Amino acid sequence: MVLADELAKQQRSISVAEFFEKNKHLLGFDSPTRGVITTIKEAVDNALDACEEAQVLPDIFISIKKISTDIFRIIVEDNGPGIVPAQVPFVFGKLLYGSRFHQIRQTRGQQGIGISAAVLYAQLTSGVPTVVISRTGPKESAYKCEIQIKIESNEPDIISQEPFEWDRIHGTRVQIEFKSTMSAKKKLLEYLRYTSVVNPHARFRVELDDESFTFERVSQEVIACPVAIQPHPHGIEFGQLKRMAAASNLNLADFLVESFSRVGKKSAQEMCERSGFKGTLKVRGFSSDDLKKLLAAMQEVAVPAPPATQCLSPIGEELIRRGLEKEFQMDFVAARTRQSSVFSGHSFMVEAAIGYGGKLPAEGNAILLRFANRVPLMYQQGACAITGSVTDINWKSYNIPQQGGFPTGPVLILVHVASTNVPFTSESKDAIASIPEIEKEITLALQDLGRDLRLFVSRRDKNKVAEDRARAVCAIIPEIAEKVSEIVEKPLVDTSPIEGKLMHKLIVKKWTRDGNVIIELSNYTGHEDELSLYDISGDNAAGALPKADFVSEMDGQFTKVWKVHVPPQMTWRVSYAGKGGGLLEIRGIEDSKKMVVDLDV
Amino acid sequence: MSKEELEKKSMAALLNIAGDWYDQMKAGEIPSISLPTRTKYNIEFDDASEVWKYGDKESMRTAASAKSATHLLKMAYVIGFIKQQLIENRSSTLREMYYISEGWKRAKFGAQDESNFLIEDLEILSDVPREGFHLHPEENGASIYGPMRIREETRRGMKTIHCQDDVGQAGYTIPNNVENIEFVDHDAKFVIAIETGGMYDRLIENGFDEEHNAILVHLKGQPARSTRRMLNKISTAWDLPILVFTDGDPWSYRIYASVAYGAIKSAHMSEILATPKSQFLGLQPRDIRDYNLPSDKLTEKDVEALKSELTDPRFATDYWKKEISLQLEMNLKSEQQAFAARGLDFVTKKYLPARLSEMGII
Repeated sequence: MVLADELAKQQRSISVAEFFEKNKHLLGFDSPTRGVITTIKEAVDNALDACEEAQVLPDIFISIKKISTDIFRIIVEDNGPGIVPAQVPFVFGKLLYGSRFHQIRQTRGQQGIGISAAVLYAQLTSGVPTVVISRTGPKESAYKCEIQIKIESNEPDIISQEPFEWDRIHGTRVQIEFKSTMSAKKKLLEYLRYTSVVNPHARFRVELDDESFTFERVSQEVIACPVAIQPHPHGIEFGQLKRMAAASNLNLADFLVESFSRVGKKSAQEMCERSGFKGTLKVRGFSSDDLKKLLAAMQEVAVPAPPATQCLSPIGEELIRRGLEKEFQMDFVAARTRQSSVFSGHSFMVEAAIGYGGKLPAEGNAILLRFANRVPLMYQQGACAITGSVTDINWKSYNIPQQGGFPTGPVLILVHVASTNVPFTSESKDAIASIPEIEKEITLALQDLGRDLRLFVSRRDKNKVAEDRARAVCAIIPEIAEKVSEIVEKPLVDTSPIEGKLMHKLIVKKWTRDGNVIIELSNYTGHEDELSLYDISGDNAAGALPKADFVSEMDGQFTKVWKVHVPPQMTWRVSYAGKGGGLLEIRGIEDSKKMVVDLDV
Repeated sequence: MSKEELEKKSMAALLNIAGDWYDQMKAGEIPSISLPTRTKYNIEFDDASEVWKYGDKESMRTAASAKSATHLLKMAYVIGFIKQQLIENRSSTLREMYYISEGWKRAKFGAQDESNFLIEDLEILSDVPREGFHLHPEENGASIYGPMRIREETRRGMKTIHCQDDVGQAGYTIPNNVENIEFVDHDAKFVIAIETGGMYDRLIENGFDEEHNAILVHLKGQPARSTRRMLNKISTAWDLPILVFTDGDPWSYRIYASVAYGAIKSAHMSEILATPKSQFLGLQPRDIRDYNLPSDKLTEKDVEALKSELTDPRFATDYWKKEISLQLEMNLKSEQQAFAARGLDFVTKKYLPARLSEMGII
């Protein structure tokens, strides 16, 4: 026997399932830790997509429970439209089965690998079949199905399927058991938090062993489900064109107009002329060589960008801001949604946001939130085009310190790329490939936001300088005056003219001396206002001179109110026995025209 | 200047600073003060006195920000404190003043550096050395050994001391206040100021002072003001050559520079603290090469310091440019005690005699 015959015996087709069993990392199951996140991510993506299609506000429940030392049970339940019993085994028990693969619109899941990969992973590590319960409406009964995958043939293996009593009217519940650890708990919560930021219309309830968390919705609006569009002549590849041509009864000119988006009669005619074919020819009869010529001609003719409004679903500036504000306490948030744009015939849209200050960590690199089609990207930050665009920006020109390319300080950056075809670097969908058109849009969005941030920071710094000056003038200079007068043995020099000259404001000072609290209002504004002075502290100010117009007590804190008129260049003063401290507020004058200084601080 | 005159000058100057502030505030102005900029970019060579002094660059400090206002407030408190000290005829160390400031509330010092810096500011503003404020430094001065006789006014009366015959093995200790020392007579040909205690002891043990009629001064690293003042006084009183012998690294060259030209920090006192006639004896970078001394590689900081010295006006001579460039090229440094590798007598029998005759001293 010749060697080729020998080899031929060993050559056989490989099942997709078998292939993925050997290449788990391609799908994000390279480690037990990561498996949990990938599974939840796939199940949540599916649930959100399903709810969107059914136009319901998503209510998603997630539970992770330890069953034995290293086996965990993961449950994800949604209130989506449900799956008809006949389809359940295919959706969960067959890799590469899905409804969205052939459609051109923005969806979270796409290839139909994700959740069935988790089923496969469970089968390989725990051997326990996946349990799916689904119900499609109040009139239908729920079904419970136990599923595995036949690895050799990539076909579902139904262990059992029976009607089930379920309290939900419609929805789907998946229960998967596999080997894992909870060492990625922080990352998991981070993933859910980020998901909640970009899906402000969804509510997530999470049970992690004994702990529970809720990520509440901030928008009651169901988001519009993106509508599928036809392929764009610039985004099509040979194989797809061949399939489309083979399935069509139309002549070339009509085929081009009917089957592609944005191709009109004129463009179709131009494509025909360039390729050298008559518009009246039936496309079904085209040879491979003919189609190659046609494809080339289609690329040469200028065609408007594909329509983006229907097939893309941006989050919107307002909802991004609300989503961020709900999960992060910050002093400043701004968001931008860019106009849609195109790369190789695929529509895409970039959204970005920058947050600053508040409870963000003051030190270290900025927090970067990356999203593709509303799905957070949790791994391979360094390999992602978003990271590249962020680090290529000169943040110093927006007064943000930068180290090793990364902006530093209390900064949060969010970038969302929505597209009918997000160009990931690999099937585990962790990082966006470096596509110049996308990078340019990200850069423009961030630069725009950077300008807003610079304005905010400079305003804030300006206020700081003003406050600093007020402190110097109102608190420290009087002390210098006191000490200097003592040294030169002359009468105490009055520093209020310095205050007036410098501040042109209403200056409110409070200080304590020898058990007395003194509050002084000096009016350097040049006009007279009717003012109310609110002094909230532990002192009851019973013997105050002048007496307070109103006093109220709550939990040992007294609110004293005085109605005050201070003519320009005059000073009004009240004093009472007490310890001082507390809060001081003046109403009846704009913030920019007053300066409150507690001299005891 | 007598003690009384100095005190009078100091009191008047301090009251003058406070008086200016009083007048500024009375006129409705924010109190301010201007001081020469204290960096190496603002020191200039004064031809008359042959030392480096601050140039014309001034920075204005206005109490318009919390930081500057607090600085002025601290200065006011210090002035008040010194005024009291002068009235009561008491004195304190800088460290004591730092602790006293604990009671000054907002005006208290955050660190001792801050109070030291402030005192230097006051010296510049008043043109009075800190002794005139009745403030003296912590450290006692370094020691001196050699054929010379001085008369010191101590708290226990006048004492005449010969710095070889009347002192122990470690020599005569230079007091904080050198102003009260009278230089009686000497039998010396030159003075060697030595960086490390090890080398100072080596020269005494080998009898170098007797053999060559040398006065030996231990600098104790970066020399204290009193040590520098002492060298300045010996130089002016007896006109003896002053030779500085240090390690062969950038930090030691700065020790020489502060003896010869004054320190950037105290450029306002250069005239009384610096000894412009002093010469650098060694250890020169070329000695490392010529004597093949045991050495270490330069660290990054050493290289940085050497490069910074190339732009320091005090090192702007051909000699230093050549030596520093050579050292950067060799990338090596040596300690003065490295001569021990050639035997304990090598430094006193071979290196110093050779180097001193090369310099025309012996």
